[in-house]
Amino acid sequence: MSLKIIVTVKQVPDTHNVTGDAMKPDGTVNRAALPAIFNPEDLNALEEAISLKNRVGGTVTAITMGPPNAANVLKECLYRGADDCVLISDRKFAGADTLATSYALKCAVEKIGKFDVIFSGRQAIDGDTAQVGPQLAEKLGINQLSNVKQVLDVNKKSITVKRSTEYGHEKIKSNFPVLITVTSEANEPRTPSAKRVMAYKNIQTESSSGGYSESYLTVTDGGTIAAIKEWNVEFINADPIQCGLSGSPTKVKNVQNVVLTTQNMKEISSSVEGITALMNELMDEHIIG
Amino acid sequence: MSTKNVMVFLEQHKKKIANVSIELICEANRLAATLGGEVEAILIGNGIKEEMSIPAHYGCKKIFYAEDKRLSHFTSIPYAKIIADIIREQKPQIVLFGATTMGRDVAPRVASELKCGLTADCTELKIGDHTIKDKEFKNILLQIRPAFGGNIIATIVSPESFPSMATVRPGVMKLEEANTKLKAQIVPFTHKLKDSDFMTEILEVIDEAKAVNLQAAQIIVSAGMGASDTSALALVKDLAKTLGGEVGSSRPVVDSGVLIKDHQVGQTGVTVRPNLYIACGISGQIQHRAGMAESKRIIAINKDPEAPIFSIAHYGIVGDVNDVIPKMIKAFKAKA
Repeated sequence: MSLKIIVTVKQVPDTHNVTGDAMKPDGTVNRAALPAIFNPEDLNALEEAISLKNRVGGTVTAITMGPPNAANVLKECLYRGADDCVLISDRKFAGADTLATSYALKCAVEKIGKFDVIFSGRQAIDGDTAQVGPQLAEKLGINQLSNVKQVLDVNKKSITVKRSTEYGHEKIKSNFPVLITVTSEANEPRTPSAKRVMAYKNIQTESSSGGYSESYLTVTDGGTIAAIKEWNVEFINADPIQCGLSGSPTKVKNVQNVVLTTQNMKEISSSVEGITALMNELMDEHIIG
Repeated sequence: MSTKNVMVFLEQHKKKIANVSIELICEANRLAATLGGEVEAILIGNGIKEEMSIPAHYGCKKIFYAEDKRLSHFTSIPYAKIIADIIREQKPQIVLFGATTMGRDVAPRVASELKCGLTADCTELKIGDHTIKDKEFKNILLQIRPAFGGNIIATIVSPESFPSMATVRPGVMKLEEANTKLKAQIVPFTHKLKDSDFMTEILEVIDEAKAVNLQAAQIIVSAGMGASDTSALALVKDLAKTLGGEVGSSRPVVDSGVLIKDHQVGQTGVTVRPNLYIACGISGQIQHRAGMAESKRIIAINKDPEAPIFSIAHYGIVGDVNDVIPKMIKAFKAKA
């Protein structure tokens, strides 16, 4: 069996480790001051893709959309076992909401051609929307299995997974092609392989203006690629109107720095007397006890 | 052009309508009153007629009901296609979904099919105006949500999109009183699904009881990173037990593996509004506050007097949880 596996990844600002400097004095986000990282659940998606490939054979192609330095997350994919990488990058993609993003990814996936399964992280930490995976599936006209915490069985035609829900879990099965969104529960992502870091640490991107070689189709396990492919709007045959800001139905009306609503907070001393008085007050009001 | 109606997707699991869907009916009422429209709903499943009186009691006027044995349990494509078809036919101005695993699976798929705007995890919805250059949009949906990991609050609009769609997490919107006299019109919807649309095969649906039910708890004692070491966490659990409450936590505590995800309060965890919320060693980032700010009483215990949690607390104690909690337990036991 040989599966064509695609994994979508995103470079995100590390919103979990935001310092005071993350906001400019005017209340806008200071993206420059935030470290850019590999979106955590996309690492889980990559891990699922690579372990599936190792289990049944096939190829893993990682794809991302972003500015030129987003190629860094693709290098991380190569370090961990991806066979090929595509960066879709163009000024025309700027300002894309989830709909415009999924449209661009759809065009790129169609350029790649035939595939069996797409793995995506459930959500990215900069927006936490969890929308791009299902939207990409809809645009490709394929099925989706979201919030997946375990891949159970796989055969030539289909894949069976465990999906978590608020109520418990579901064991569900779908034929290929299918898009699967993966949660952090799914696995412990591997670390880069030293050998692969050596092989790929100086890899460059190669713009599509040079023409598309079908080389990715010939990459086999152990083979190496010469460059990260960089594709623009024109190359993936995308309609510029549906990309970026013009392709985004949602607009940001305004952004506010988080303003704390100061209440009439009662300061309680941490002394025995202070705390005893507080507990008594809460008991008298039947809030506790 | 759309109507001025507000539509809610009623989520059902094993024929029970989810609480979040009823909360959304209440919010839809508030929005529809401003717009001068009505509240409608979509329900997909099999044999769930009796349950439909519940959304009716909260003010839903019309329920579009798609019934089929194959629809008794959620799957993405059939549900998405039915919802998209009903929206195309009925033309609501606004459609609301619970930000649950089901809502977050199906709503993006519907938005992609309809090429309309969808804003995830809104914490507040309003009707207002928006201007782009010299074009003015009156009475559109303002969708307010924390963004960028909760460091900013963004107002999102989709002025040229019909409908405007949003997801809202359970517990965020306020439940109003039910009026058992109210009735809704049930409109059967005949779907146009083909066999090939049923692409997901359901092999097993297992319900698991949650380790904690924070949404039902009247008292929650929550641990942040300032109370995540073994001894402090034991004190947090002890205080919760003493007061008859449940143990909550901030996201970093769950991320670090000290407590399981069921305990997490906040934007990516559970939204709660208990009678009493005790934040122990929680700094109070917006994503946490978004999940508990509506608690009736909030006690914050933190070593850092500048911690943002104090800004929403009713009672603030500057101190170490290891020192403060034992005093609380002792004081409670002495009187109770």
